[in-house]
Formats: sequence, structure tokens, C-alpha cells
Amino acid sequence: MDKLEIQHIRTDFPILEEKVYNKDLIYFDNGATTQKPRCVVEKIEEGYYHLNANIHRGVHYLSQKATEAHEAARTTVADFLHAGKREEIIFTRGTTEAINLVATSFGEAFCHEGDEVIVSVMEHHSNIVPWQMLCERKGMKLRVIPMNEWGELDLDVFKSLLNEHTKIVSIAHVSNVLGTINPVSEIIRIAHAKNVPVLVDGAQAVPHIPVNVVELDADFYVFSGHKIYGPTGIGALYGKSDWLNAIPPYQGGGEMIATVTFEKTTYNELPFKFEAGTPDYIGSTALAEALRYVQNIGLDKIAAHEHELLIYCTEKLLEIDGMRIIGTAKEKSSVISFLVGNIHPYDLGMLLDKLGIAVRTGHHCAQPLIDSLEIPGTVRASFAFYNTKEEIDTFVTALKRVVTMLS
Amino acid sequence: MTINELQDEIIDEFSQFDDWMDKYALLIDLGNSLEPLDGKYKNPQNIIEGCQSRVWLNAELNNGIITYQGESDAVLVKGIVSLLIHVLSNHTPDEIINTELYFIDAIGLKEHLSPTRSNGLVAMVKQMKLFALAYKSVNSQQ
Repeated sequence: MDKLEIQHIRTDFPILEEKVYNKDLIYFDNGATTQKPRCVVEKIEEGYYHLNANIHRGVHYLSQKATEAHEAARTTVADFLHAGKREEIIFTRGTTEAINLVATSFGEAFCHEGDEVIVSVMEHHSNIVPWQMLCERKGMKLRVIPMNEWGELDLDVFKSLLNEHTKIVSIAHVSNVLGTINPVSEIIRIAHAKNVPVLVDGAQAVPHIPVNVVELDADFYVFSGHKIYGPTGIGALYGKSDWLNAIPPYQGGGEMIATVTFEKTTYNELPFKFEAGTPDYIGSTALAEALRYVQNIGLDKIAAHEHELLIYCTEKLLEIDGMRIIGTAKEKSSVISFLVGNIHPYDLGMLLDKLGIAVRTGHHCAQPLIDSLEIPGTVRASFAFYNTKEEIDTFVTALKRVVTMLS
Repeated sequence: MTINELQDEIIDEFSQFDDWMDKYALLIDLGNSLEPLDGKYKNPQNIIEGCQSRVWLNAELNNGIITYQGESDAVLVKGIVSLLIHVLSNHTPDEIINTELYFIDAIGLKEHLSPTRSNGLVAMVKQMKLFALAYKSVNSQQ
């Protein structure tokens, strides 16, 4: 993307014009959440002003319209992930709820005492805790794939962890701390050779790289809307229909039923079986708008620009004495975690904030990973397609000033 | 000096700076000059675990007067720890318990104490008062 194109794109994001402490905002916290283009915010407004009626149950005009919009959004998500069937897309509140859904429902149907779940050392808490809770409920074991010094998973150990007790593998597509793009295709192939299904946590992947769930052969793939320029509180679970049909509902309520009597309730078919209660149809339509926005720019183009930012920023950062980049995998997304000398990440983050730069500090909800690296946390800069090299220059200059103050 | 006189003194000192970075530079100086906490007090009982940084705090009672010692792994937090110790140390439990700490807000560092910052400072202020409460009961038994 050339300069003009990015400048044009930036005008779609009014928040990027904000001043913080009288300084131009530089937003490098896209791994936590992304900013929203006008079209997404307008879609939410349009939804509430012109399209608001509860879906699926109404015979009236507005209800029909809202239902169509929600179901069209499902198709958009299915197309975006290249899912085979639209009913394989379940709307959830986000990645966390989607993983909890699978851990609960899959666990209920297929897991027993003595069984095992495999995750990796670089998982976000949302891909650890739901499985730990399952393990506690069922008396199961959590097994962990380790990584090498660059932040790449050790697939040989992974192979050795797979055994007749393994019920499921749940793995991040992209690490939110290290930026590592994990070889999920290979992981899935290895797991499938032992008849073990795989859930892929795509929260940090879908905004940055094209995903094709059928090519990957993922059994479950989950992501959050707000990390891909959509609203908060909406996300999606893709699941192969064979699996989704084989596991029980996650929550009970309206919408997910076929018939209800006090003696017995029968459940609705996919996808409604997993969408109890009034779904966030405003959120789903706005999410679909965000996905269209991303597709219009083009994920290949986005990935190329973000990769350029990653390389440029990494080179600039390495000019700083004492710079230590945490996560140097060969396949890496536009996330840079770092530490400088013995300076605490909190101090760096607080001072950068006062210079108008939004980065994240701490353990990034991946405490086991941070503990395994024996560091107090990291400072993390994570880029989106609307970020520029000029912003990186300002950031690096600010960082040098801050490091001098703290040294 | 009373606790409030000490608070006012700090407010005066910080009020000479308009720029945030100058305030932070002073805080860094304060943090760096805080006497390191004796290793024997850096134990699990004295640790106040925050989401981002850790704070250790110890308190002693001598002749009815409390003195605090503390430290943090982050220097900005250490700067605030140093201010809190400066204000509250060498006072009686009653004086500490009845104090309203207004200086942090007045010097514009309140954000460090907001519960969402999770840097252990809210818990530290609470812990300082709890020490005072505990020592008050010791005092009254003597």
C-alpha cells in the first residue's frame, strides 16, 4: 500500500485523529482491539434506527428484514473463513465464549476421566482456562506443547504428547504475545493422523492473514469481531457440522429449541441449536460490514503492508541499546514484544502513554508463557493496516527518550 | 510535620511542573533514591501482587510510631511508594487511620491508583492502613 492509499484509509477511522495529552494519538495496541471504520459504526446506527426488531420469530416486516440481515451476516462470515456450509457458523460473544462453548459441549459428549487435552505454552488465558475447568470437572489432564528460544512450537514434543487419551488439541493460530504464526495446518494433519480433532484460536490471525478453514481442515475455528475492526461482543465459532451435530447445546433458552414440553425438549437444528436467546443481530450485521471492509482492501495487501511495518519497526528497535525482542519466529505476524535492559515494562508503557503512544504492557493474558520466559512481562506494539512508518519513527524516538529517562 | 503538611509539601513540589514528563522524571528520581527494602522483608507475606507490577511492604511499630518500608519492581511505582512512605511513616496508628490521602489526586497521579491499573498501589494504600489498624490494637493492649 502506498502512502496515499493509507492516508485515504485513515480517514475512514475518525479516532485516529484524536489527541491524547495534546499529542497525536499513535495507536499500536491493535492486538488488544482494533479501531472501527465509519461504515461499521454507521451499520450499528442504521441497525438500531431502521432495522431493529427481534429476529426469527416475527411475521412482521421489520422482523423479516432483521432476520435476513443476521442470516446474511452468517453467510458473510462463512465466506470469509471459506467454510463449506453457512450453518457451520455460530455467532458467539467472541473467541472466549466460542472456546468455552466447545470445551463445555465437546467435553460433555466426548471427555472422561483420564482423558487429555493438548494446548501450547503460548496460549492466551482464554485458551487455557476453559480446558482447565473441563479437566477439573472430568478428572482429565492438560498437556502443554513447549516452544524453542525463538518462540516456535516443538512439533516433535507435540507428536509425543498425542496418545490414545488425547481427546482434543486447542491451539492459537497466531500468538498474541510473540506474533508467532503457528503451523496449524501441519498440527492439524498430525492430530488427524491420530483421529484427534483440533480447535484453532484465530483471534490474532483473521485480521492479518487469509484463513481457509476447509483447506486447513480445522475442526473448530474461532475469532472475535472487535479484533477485526468489528464491534465488541460479537464473534464466531466455525465447527464442522459433523462435530456440531454430535455435541449437545451449550446454553438453553429460546431460539435453540424445536419443541418444548415440561417432559422433554427437542433442540433446533444448526446453527440455532447453539444460539440460545436473542442473538446480537446488530453486532452480527456490523461484523459482516467489517469483514467486507477488510475484504475490499484485501487481506493479501494488508498482510504485505503489516509485514513491512513489522520489519521496519524491528530494525529500528534493534538500534536501541539493551533491546531484547521477545519472539523472533521465522513466521511472524505484526506483533512486537520487547524489553529494554532491566527497565520494567510498566514504566516504559506509562511514559510512552504520556507521549501519546498506546502500547500494551504486562503479561498479555498469557501468564504461563511470561513465566516460562522468566520475565516480568513485555511491552507490546501491535500494528494494523492503518499504521504508518512515520508513526513507527515517532514511536522509536519517544522510546529512546523514555529509555534515557529510565536508565 | 503532620501528614497533611507533608501532603501539601509534595503538592507544592509537583505544582512547579506543567509537563507530564517532568513530573515523571521527578517520580523516577524518587523511585531510584528509595532505600532498597532489606531482602528479609521481600517475602511472600509482604508482597502485594498487581497485574502489572509488584509491591513489597513492611511496617514496624516503635514507641507507638509506625515506620514503613517498601519497594516495587517498577520504578514509577517505586516513586509513588516512596511518596506514600514519606507521608505516612513516623506517625501514630490513629493519625494514619484517620488520614485522607489527597495528594496523589492533586499531583495528577491518580491514574496510578485507579483500581483498573492493577499495579498493586490501591492494595498498598489499603495494606498501609491495615497495618495501622493492627498496630492500633497492639498499642491499646500494651
